[in-house]
Formats: sequence, structure tokens, C-alpha cells
Amino acid sequence: MRGWRYSAAAVLSVLLIWQTIIWFAEPPRYILPAPVAVFLSFIDNVDLIFEHALVTLTEVFLGLLIGISFGVATALHLETSKSARLFVRPLLVFSQALPVFALAPVLTLWLGYGMTSKVVMAILIIYFPVTSAFHDGLSRTPKRLLDLAKVMQASTRRTLFFIKVPAAMPSLFSGIRLAAVYAPIGATIGEWVGSSQGLGYLMLLANGRVKTDLMFAALLTLGFISMSLYGLTGLALTRLSKRYGGD
Amino acid sequence: MSVFGPAIEIEGKAFDAKGLLFDTLKVEIIAGQWTCLLGPSGVGKSTLLRVLAGLDTHVTFEGTITASDHLDVASRVSYMAQSDLLLPWATISENISLGAKLRGTAADQAKKAQIIEQVGLQDHQDKYPSELSGGQRQRAALARTLMEDTPIVLLDEPFSALDAKTKFQMQELVAETLKGRTILLVTHDPGEAVRLCSQIYILNSHDLHVAPSLQPPFPKDYRDEAVFTLQNELLAQIRGNEQ
Repeated sequence: MRGWRYSAAAVLSVLLIWQTIIWFAEPPRYILPAPVAVFLSFIDNVDLIFEHALVTLTEVFLGLLIGISFGVATALHLETSKSARLFVRPLLVFSQALPVFALAPVLTLWLGYGMTSKVVMAILIIYFPVTSAFHDGLSRTPKRLLDLAKVMQASTRRTLFFIKVPAAMPSLFSGIRLAAVYAPIGATIGEWVGSSQGLGYLMLLANGRVKTDLMFAALLTLGFISMSLYGLTGLALTRLSKRYGGD
Repeated sequence: MSVFGPAIEIEGKAFDAKGLLFDTLKVEIIAGQWTCLLGPSGVGKSTLLRVLAGLDTHVTFEGTITASDHLDVASRVSYMAQSDLLLPWATISENISLGAKLRGTAADQAKKAQIIEQVGLQDHQDKYPSELSGGQRQRAALARTLMEDTPIVLLDEPFSALDAKTKFQMQELVAETLKGRTILLVTHDPGEAVRLCSQIYILNSHDLHVAPSLQPPFPKDYRDEAVFTLQNELLAQIRGNEQ
């Protein structure tokens, strides 16, 4: 619980530095608004921000759900089929060598300005870390457990589902934790490139109209969403991970 | 006891990447009794056990493994190791019936309840392995082995991580519950070998020979003078071969 105090202290320090810059440098409001101005703008626009946050949050959740499912399915497939390992693995690595952000304009071109292109962006970003973490876990099952399964005359399929998969859960969970951080980034990038809804859109809109305080309010809301998502997944998965023999 | 284990004969040569390990390897495991493979760590005791269980090793074995009833050996063994091999994500009860789950068959619940009572884990069956002491976990491993109900049981130093008191209790419990089965015990502890086994092989690097052992019944009382004398004699043999 002491961690909370340090986090609160860190946030307060940032606010203090911010306010100090305002006091001494006195920048124009449209360059850097004061923290209080940002807070007031948040209060004034709370409905607007909430509406757009809901869109981004939906994109993030859909992205997480589909991205994690694809990742899990791919990892299982890689583990069960050697030809898949030989064929898909290089493709996966190559896909990571491409900057996924650079695909955002193409996705918008292909899938339109709606939610789909943002969800796909989030999926693309999440897919690799989840696949890679889970497959890593699957291929590192303790040998002594595999020996036990073999002595017990277990089939390959049952060994996969009752020994390898549970033993790889801690690895999958660390992949999901990463995904929780990446997903909001993916969704926002997608919104920046072309959209009519979402916090990323709101930020661009506010910026274009020199409503810098609103832009900051939207930015901080996005930060809050990302942190909560990371914190909640972390909290839930750490407990689960221990059950599966993780640290 | 309904289950009675066959005699097993292992005969052949063993190589590893560096060359010949055993020119003529011959081990005869007595039907329904304890045979012990005694020797210092790292001479390949566990390797021989793995060969019997049909598990892959760094050693190539060329030869025959025959059971006296002419049935396959590897498909009729169960296995207990120094580490309890309990799955951390499964309860003790689930761990005990793991074999049935892995084979896709239904576990005999009445038999399971009886075994859990036999090893004294009634109050712990819904707990997870991390909530149990080392001795209790090894009891759970024993229960899992009993549940497998195979005529041949391979024991790879299953007592060596236990404290002295728990070790004696476990040895007695294992000896009693596995009575009638063919057991191969791998150990580095001469006292354990003498107390439990009707036949003792001493394995040193490149040398395997039969050592003297006591007459049944087993397990012997550790205060028995014969146990004490033979234990020292075996220790001298192991040490003599080292020098």
C-alpha cells in the first residue's frame, strides 16, 4: 500500500512543476494552460469528454479481446504444428520489423473512418506481444512435468491442455499486461489518422481550435484510462499468475 | 494385495556422446520386492530409471528390457521423484487423480477417497500444493502414485528432500502401501537402501555390482544392529570405489 503514496507524491510533484512553470514563465494560455484551467475545462466539458472516452474505451476493449484471442490461438497453433512454426514465425518477426503506426493511414483508407480501423490498429499492436509471450511459455514447460505426463500415458492433446497451457499462464499474463498498455496507444493513433469520434479525435479537434486546456483534459483522461487498465489487469493477473506457479 | 509386480531384467550396453558407459549392463529386479540402485550423485542412476520408464535421456541404451510376464514395461510404471511434481494450479485432490484426467478416463472416486485416507490427507484435499508442507506434498505424490495402481513403481530419491523424522515416516508409509509391487529405488543413502531393499546394486562410474542385502521383512528398524553394520559396509564400498 505504500506504493500508492509514492504514486500520489509523483503526480503531485508533476503538478507542482507544471504550476511553477506557469508562475515563472507565464506562457500564453494556448501554449500551456495552468493545471487549474485544465481541471475547469474538464468539468465544463465532462459530458463531451465522457462521450469520446467511451468510444476510445470500446475500441480498446474490442482490440484487447480480439487481439488476445488471435494471439492465444496463434501460439497454440505454433506449439502444435512444426510446419506452422517454420512458416509463421518468420512472418511474425517481419511484421514486427514494420512500424505498425505507418499502417494507420492505409487501414483508414481500407476500413474507413469508423471504429473498425481503430480496433484493427489496436489488434495489430497487441497481437505480437501476446503470441510471442504465450508461445514462449508453451515451449518452456518444465521437462519434469512433461515426463510425468508421458509416464502417465497422456495424449499429446491432453498434455497440451492440462499441462502446457496452465504452465504457460504466467507468460500469457505478462503478454496481456503489455497488451493493456499498447491497446490505448493503437486506438489513439488510429483516431489521429482519421476519425470523427474518440479521445484522439477530440485532442486534434481541441488543438486545431486552440482550446489547449481541453486538449490537455482529453490527454489526461486518456492517460487515466491507460493507467487504470494497466493497474487493474496487473492486480487481477498477479493473483492469478501466482496460482499458476508464476512469481 | 491384489497388485503383484513382475520381475524385470535389463541387459545391454549404454553409450553417451563421449563413448561407452557400460559394456555389459545387467540388472535383475526381483518380482514384487524392492531393488535398490545405490551410488553417488551423477553416475547415471536416474538415467537407468528413465530408460525403464521410456523417457528420453542423453544416454543411448542398446539391449533388452524384459518383464517376467512378457508384457511391456514402460506402459506399466508410475514414477515418484525427489521433487513432488504436483501441479501448482490444481488442488491436491485434482493432482491425485491427474493420471485419469491425462488419459481421458474417469477416476475411481471411491478408490481415491480410500487412498487419500490411507496417506492421511483428508483435511487437505481441497488445498493447493503451495499450502502444504514438504512431507504432506510428498504424501500427495505417493497418493497420486497409488492412484495409478501400476505393478511397477520407480522411485527416484523420493525421500531425500525430507527432514529426518518425516523421511522415516514416509519410508514406512511407502513400504506399506506399495507392498507387492516391483519397486526400483534410486538413492545415494546406504541406510535407506539397507532398510528398504531386498536387493542392492552399487553403481559407480563404469561399474555396477550386486552388494549384500538383508532378508525380508522390510522396512527394517533403524536401530537394528544388522542395518547399522551393513550400512557402514556399503558406505565403505562406495567410498572405496571413489578413491
